[in-house]
Amino acid sequence: MAQFRIAVHITPRKGLLDPQGNAVRDALRTLGFDGVKEVHVGRYIIVETDAYDAVSAEETVADMCKKLLANPVTEDFEIESSVHA
Amino acid sequence: MKFGIVTFPGSNCDYDAFHAVTDVLGEEATYLWHKDHDLQGSDVIVLPGGFSYGDYLRAGAIARFSPIMQEIISHAKSGGPVLGICNGFQIACEAGLLPGALMRNSHLQFVSAEVRIRVENADTMFTNLYECGDILKMPVAHGDGRFVAPVAVLDALEAEGRVIFRYADAGGNISADANPNGSERNIAGVISEGGNVLGMMPHPERACSPLLGSSDGVRLLESILARVAA
Repeated sequence: MAQFRIAVHITPRKGLLDPQGNAVRDALRTLGFDGVKEVHVGRYIIVETDAYDAVSAEETVADMCKKLLANPVTEDFEIESSVHA
Repeated sequence: MKFGIVTFPGSNCDYDAFHAVTDVLGEEATYLWHKDHDLQGSDVIVLPGGFSYGDYLRAGAIARFSPIMQEIISHAKSGGPVLGICNGFQIACEAGLLPGALMRNSHLQFVSAEVRIRVENADTMFTNLYECGDILKMPVAHGDGRFVAPVAVLDALEAEGRVIFRYADAGGNISADANPNGSERNIAGVISEGGNVLGMMPHPERACSPLLGSSDGVRLLESILARVAA
């Protein structure tokens, strides 16, 4: 067993209204960032866990996302990286 | 009849629910602590409003895994009545007892207001003393009340008569202006496939006295009594 540090992004599902993202986008435009097309606000979660290898660590975190970390109705998740902690 | 009212850390409408059941309805009620494993013989479960576990992660996401919820999920799966109000609705969705999810209000503001809802189905264990089309006045108080579900799920809910309440104006019109949070199709309350779990964002337990501006919520509780006691 080794310890792994896995980072996961959770974002509002594409196509669903994201009022928070829209509010930030509008604020950026107000600041003069005219080129801003879209902004989405999600969560960034770091999990440290024991696992045999990086693959099984990522599988475990994917399972965590399905069961708790992300809402399957409204959110998508993407595992960014897993490294030895 | 005995009502079990769940207290999670952060629940804040449990006392209102207790008052409505005992003082207004005249029935027995007991508080169920989130760490308990026993429903203490409760016939009806109320998941009250509040901010269980500080709304960490997502509203209702952590509460759904508390020990008492495992008992409540079994109770619901065997047909036992469960009324989820506000945070209780969010918890019921997270627990998979109801379809869909409650997301941040479209205008991003916390909304604390008196709203009107239209009864869409009066043939349920929670609404049998209303008439279809009745307009009820109830308070809402939430930041995450925007009901969303995939289009196919929304269509199925409508087709099966499982949309129980919709936000409306005083004349009963369903409009964007009457929608306090941007919910899909103005949906304010839905029921489970088995008809025994109702989730709603408005607070019937806080609409139980003319002194508080409305007693339109009383008939919801009386409906449960009429149906479950029968």
